[in-house]
Parts: sequence; structure tokens; C-alpha cells
Amino acid sequence: MQLTGAQALIKSLEMEGVEVMFGLPGGAILPVYDPILSSSIRHVLVRHEQGAGHMAEGYALATGRPGVAMVTSGPGATNIVTPLSNAYMDSTPLVVISGQVPTAAIGTDAFQECDITGVTMGITKHNWLVKSAQDIPEVVASAFHLATTGRPGPVLVDVPKDVSFAQMEWYWPDHLDLAGYRLPGAPRRADVEAAVALMAAAERPVVYAGGGILKARAAEALRALADLTGFPVVTTLMARGAFPDSHPQCLGMPGMHGNFTAVTAMQRADLLVALGARFDDRVTGRVDAFAPGAKVVHVDVDAAELHKVRRADVAIAGDCKVVIDALLQAAAPALGGPDAAARIGPWWEELRRWQREVPLHYERHDGPPIKPQMVVETLRDLSPSDTIVASGVGQHQMWASQYWRFDHPYTWVNSGGAGTMGFAVPAAIGAKVGRPERTVWAIDGDGCFQMTAQELVTASAERIPVKVAILNNAYLGMVRQWQEMFYGERYSEVYLSPDLPDYVKWAEAMGAVGLRAESPEEVAPAIEKANAVEDRPVVIDFRTDAFEKVFPMVPAGASNDDIVVHPEHEERAGAERLAWERLAAEQRR
Amino acid sequence: MSANGTPVERHHILTVLVENKAGVLARVAGLFSRRGYNIFSLAVAPTVDDRFSRITVVVDVESAPLEQVVNQLDKLVNVVTISELAPAEAVERELLLATVAASPAARSEVIELVGVFGGEVLDVGADRLTVMLAGPPDKLDGFEGLLAAYEVVELQRTGRVALPKIGVRALTRPQLVAVDEPAAG
Ligand SMILES: Cc1ncc(C[n+]2csc(CCOP(=O)(O)OP(=O)(O)O)c2C)c(N)n1
Ligand SMILES: [Mg+2]
Repeated sequence: MQLTGAQALIKSLEMEGVEVMFGLPGGAILPVYDPILSSSIRHVLVRHEQGAGHMAEGYALATGRPGVAMVTSGPGATNIVTPLSNAYMDSTPLVVISGQVPTAAIGTDAFQECDITGVTMGITKHNWLVKSAQDIPEVVASAFHLATTGRPGPVLVDVPKDVSFAQMEWYWPDHLDLAGYRLPGAPRRADVEAAVALMAAAERPVVYAGGGILKARAAEALRALADLTGFPVVTTLMARGAFPDSHPQCLGMPGMHGNFTAVTAMQRADLLVALGARFDDRVTGRVDAFAPGAKVVHVDVDAAELHKVRRADVAIAGDCKVVIDALLQAAAPALGGPDAAARIGPWWEELRRWQREVPLHYERHDGPPIKPQMVVETLRDLSPSDTIVASGVGQHQMWASQYWRFDHPYTWVNSGGAGTMGFAVPAAIGAKVGRPERTVWAIDGDGCFQMTAQELVTASAERIPVKVAILNNAYLGMVRQWQEMFYGERYSEVYLSPDLPDYVKWAEAMGAVGLRAESPEEVAPAIEKANAVEDRPVVIDFRTDAFEKVFPMVPAGASNDDIVVHPEHEERAGAERLAWERLAAEQRR
Repeated sequence: MSANGTPVERHHILTVLVENKAGVLARVAGLFSRRGYNIFSLAVAPTVDDRFSRITVVVDVESAPLEQVVNQLDKLVNVVTISELAPAEAVERELLLATVAASPAARSEVIELVGVFGGEVLDVGADRLTVMLAGPPDKLDGFEGLLAAYEVVELQRTGRVALPKIGVRALTRPQLVAVDEPAAG
């Protein structure tokens, strides 16, 4: 069967089971847009290519399937660089197809030419410039294979216009020529046994669960491991939902804005079992002061993560699910049971006391302005437990992660490694496209919202009823917080304004319902009104306290021991610190 | 000490077998610069199998642990295998070309020097000559040092290529698939 390159490209996407892609056409990709008219694949026309990329990411994070985006050459391609970088940092499977100027024009500075494979080399798992239409099925199949296996990530396929027009003989590859691409196999028995031995001896263990748990679809395996061992579990920003917050062993989020117990548990641990986590600086704080007494078992599908930041005592390159299953099988006799429970009993007493003494805290009050944390709590309480929450980057993101209760995997759609402002709205749209039966809330900042809000036009046009809660503090709040705490309250270029733009009018102009809440008693009614809207997007402008700060906080570059909690709890945290130091000194004696 | 006055122990030689595809060298070089790894020298050439090329790269292991460099390189999809060669376990060669300005009197001294080192005179003009020496990098260092007594107009070294000594087994990735024993249970 003879096809054009463009037809072969769309057919290859169909062969890969793609049901939806996000994109925006232009000159170099025009030939590929023609066969879309007769394809089963749904195309969502975005208003900016960055939106296409983040939608594809949101789709991937909510469904586990690769997200697909299509853009034209030059500016179309460069507009999707930020999502590629974001997906690279968060290991999200993303396949981007870009148009390119005709092969003969490459290198001549032709109209809308950009060396996008060169630009994205460092932020893709791999990329291709397709030289012949005959290669298209093979390249597309390879692209999906690379994006979704091992440590997932973004890939880019750049297709020159003449290649799209050229004829090819259709085939579908039954074997991929990826001589240099290997996946880790089963873990070695000796490593598994060494890990179990450390776990069986630990008195203060912590399971440090990262985003790799979700990528490996290992949430159930993790649950089984936790149930067997009785170990406490922290879930990083990338792993929220990988272990239920309502599980009694869940300590919640560690790191720069983690809660006191999660952060301190890691600091005081004698064993960290790191599963699909990469000792990111936002988790470790100052590395040489991080978890000083802990042995480390480190499991990661990417061997390059092992020993990268922290030397592991047992390092296992492998898929989290495969390795956890191996640990479970090997562990059963050695771990669990009354002896094990007794061994870690005192540790649990310690942890429970920290949770009781130094919980997450903010000052609740009745009048305006609204406390942002209270908005998150109310949203949480008025939403189904399987609601998908997307977030931007800033204070609102940290409050969302801290105060939501994540009880299901794949319900938290967030930009972790890159911290990309503007992620929430398009990512929420992508998540809703992938999971239309779920409620999808974007918890966004006023600054973030202004970066990508125009995608609500896409959502209205395509009837994708996402909900957006703007925690409108009139500031680039996270930056304002740093200037307050570390730059002597010298506020430089962080003020935005509460009512410029008018978010309600803007929402309405984009075909969405616009609502506003200015005092605490208006919060729940506004959310209830929003929840009743099912046929279009809805935006609530919550006027929140501009001076609220995110606590706890480990200042950048400081040790996790120097965690700053809410001022009202500073004394108690100090007492816990002293008590611990006394205990440690006694043990040394 | 060896080439350019760098202590031998900082050197590690990686021979990297890569797919012979467009842009592979850029990927390898880009990885080194992106991750902040320093390269002493780099040589690329096709292998007997035209699907593959071999990159011989001498890395400064003080800029990053060798293990990290190897693991990151191994992630490049076009990188097929990586062999680590400690200098003591490798045979290494490098090629040096130099054009030296020399009066007829000095010329014979230079020719003699080249002869002592086992090099070759490639080109002779009225007042300059171009010479060549192939050999282990430290021999080239010695030669280069002695040449400095004359007026060196241009000097070019290729960077080393290396193979393991016969009988020495290079540590080769992939080792990820080399599962010696299935998991427990
Ligand atoms: C694209 C981008 N630019 C700049 C930053 C730096 N930055 C991090 S948080 C933040 C403020 C975000 O403001 P807003 O969306 O209002 O959230 P808030 O912190 O007020 O909740 C900024 C500017 C970033 N993360 N991403
Ligand atoms: Mg703000």
C-alpha cells in the first residue's frame, strides 16, 4: 500500500493507539493536518503550543498513557520547548511531532526554520530528524517505545515537509533497531537479600517513595510492602497519591515545604528505602547534612540515579514494581510480625508525637481576607475523593500538596522538577480529556493563571469542563515570601494586583463561568456553584491573604535540621529537636 | 605526568561504540558539556562494521565520578557499548604533526631528533619542515618538549585512540542486562 509520509505518520499514531492529540497547524506541518480529517484520532486545537505540550503532559499524568502533541516548525516548535523540558524533568511520556522546512532548505535559514532537534537534544530522551518517508513507521514506533519504557520521558520527531509529501510503501515494524537502548532486567538475588537484611535490622526506617512508583504502576506493590513491614512512608511532591494520605503509615510530603514529621523522620532515620526517588535537592536540603545516620537502599529504573547524589548501601537498577515484588517475596519471613513491630515501635511513638506536637498549621479566622489553605481544605471536602488536582507553581502549589488528601494514584498533576508556572490550566484540560468521568480542579496562582489562561478558550470550544480555583493573592507569592524572609522585606517586582485583570470577566470572555469569593463564608457556596457547572469550564477568583507564607520551610541551601515551622509551633519544634539531641547524646554514652 | 601536564590518575579512557547516525557526536559532546564533565581529548572514527563508529574519549575523572559519566553516556540511545580502560591496561597511540621553522643549520638537528624518536619528515620547504610522530602520548609529550627549542609554527595532535591490552578484559557496559541470577523467589 502506497501512502504519503503524512498519511503514514497519522496511521502510525493510530497503530500506537493514540486517541487524542493536542496541537496547532502551520506551514511545515500542513500536509500532516490533512489526513487528520479522516482519522479516528481526536485533535484538540490549542491557542498556544505551550498549551498543547502541557495538555499532553496532563493527559499522560492522569492516564499513564503517552501524551501526543503536534506543532509546526520554527516558532511552533520552540513554543513547545518548555513542556519538553518540563516532561524531561518529571519523566513524563510525551511524544511531540514537529514540522520542519523541506530537507533541501535545512541549513539555509529558510522561513520558519529552527534546528529543533539541536535545541531539544538536552531535554528529550531522544529525538529524530526524519530523512525519508519510508522511515516514518519505524521512527514513530521507536518514539513511543522510548517515551513509555524504562524511565519514561519526552521524545520529539521532526518531519520535513517534503518527507510528509513523499510516497512510501506502508509497513508496521515488528522489531525496532535500537541497538543502544537497554532496559534493566530482574534484580539480582544478592541485592534483594541485602536490601531485606537492612530492612530487617532497621529501627528507624522510612520508605522514601518518589514519582517512579507511579511511573512503574507500583502503588499497590508499595501498599503491600508498607502493610508487611509497618514502615512509615513519605511521598514526595512527585509521588503524592502513590500511597494514600489516609493510610496510618503515611507521613505525607518531605522536602523544602514538607511537614515537620516527614522531614524530620528522614533526618533521624537509620534506613531510607528510596523507591523511584532521586534525592532531589528540594528533598535533601543541604546534601552533606541530609539523613546523616541513614543507610540507604535505592531502587531506580535509571541506573544513573544510583549513587548520583547520595551513595547507596544497596543500589538496585530496576523497575519499581518488579523490585518491590521481589522484595516482598524475599521479605516475608524476615520482615513483618510482632518482633518487627516491636523493633520499630519506639520509632512510631516518636513519629506520632511529632505529628501531634508539630502538625501543619495556619491561623484560621472568620473575616476577610480568605486564608488560602482554607480554600484548599474546603475544595477537598466538597470534592469526590478521586478528583484530579492540577496545580501551577508557587505557594498555591505547596498548599495544594499539603492540604489536599491524596488517596488515589494519578490524581495529582503537577510540575515538579522544572517548576513551570502556567502548567495548571492546560494540564488540567489534558487530564480531563483523558479522564472525562472525573472532576478536575486546577488550583492555580494569579501569576500562573495569567501565563496560560487562554487555553480556557480551547476548553470552552472543545467542551472540556475543567474547574479552576485561583488563589488570588495579588502577588508572585512564592517570590514575595523569599523577599520577605531572605531579602529584608525588599519587595522587587512581585506585586500583581487583585483585580487587574478582572478574572471573572476574563473567564466569561473565554466562554467559562466566572465566580468570585472575597470572604471565608463565600468560599463553600462558590465551590458548590462551580461543582454544579458541568457543561463548560468554571473559574473562581478567591481573594486570599497576600501575606500568608508557606510553612514549614527549609531555607534554600540549609540543612533539613533547620526547618522553619509556623511561628506558633516554633517552640514545640525546638523542644522536639532538643529532646532528640539529648536522646542521641545518651545513646552515644 | 602525561599529555599537557595532567596527572595520569585523573585520566580515564572510555571507548564508546556508537551507532553511525547523524548527530551522534553532538549528542555525546553535548552530554559532556551539559553535565559539566571535562574532556582531555576525543577521537572519532568508523569501525570495521560500518553501522558503528568508535569514540575514544579521555575524561577528567576529577570533574565527575567515572561511574556517573559512564551511566549518563549509557543512557544515550545511540550509545551501544562503553568500555573503560585504565591507562595501565590499555595500549594507546596518538599522532602529532608539527611544522617547524628551521634554518638549514637547525634543520639537520630537527631531522636527527625526529629520527631518534622514530618519526618521519613529511614535507620540506626552504625554511621550514613538517614532521610527524606516532606513539604513546607520553612519548609525544617528550618530543613536543624537545621541539620547543626550535620555532614551532604549527603543531597538531589527534587525541588518543586506545584498545585494551591483550589478556586484559575491559569493563564493558551494558552490564545492566547481564543478570547472573533471577530474583529471589
Ligand atoms: C515560568 C516561570 N517563571 C518564573 C518562575 C519563578 N516563580 C516561582 S513561583 C513564582 C510566583 C508564582 O506566582 P503565583 O502564580 O501568583 O503563585 P503564588 O506563589 O502567589 O501562589 C515565580 C515567579 C517559575 N517558576 N516559572
Ligand atoms: Mg499569587
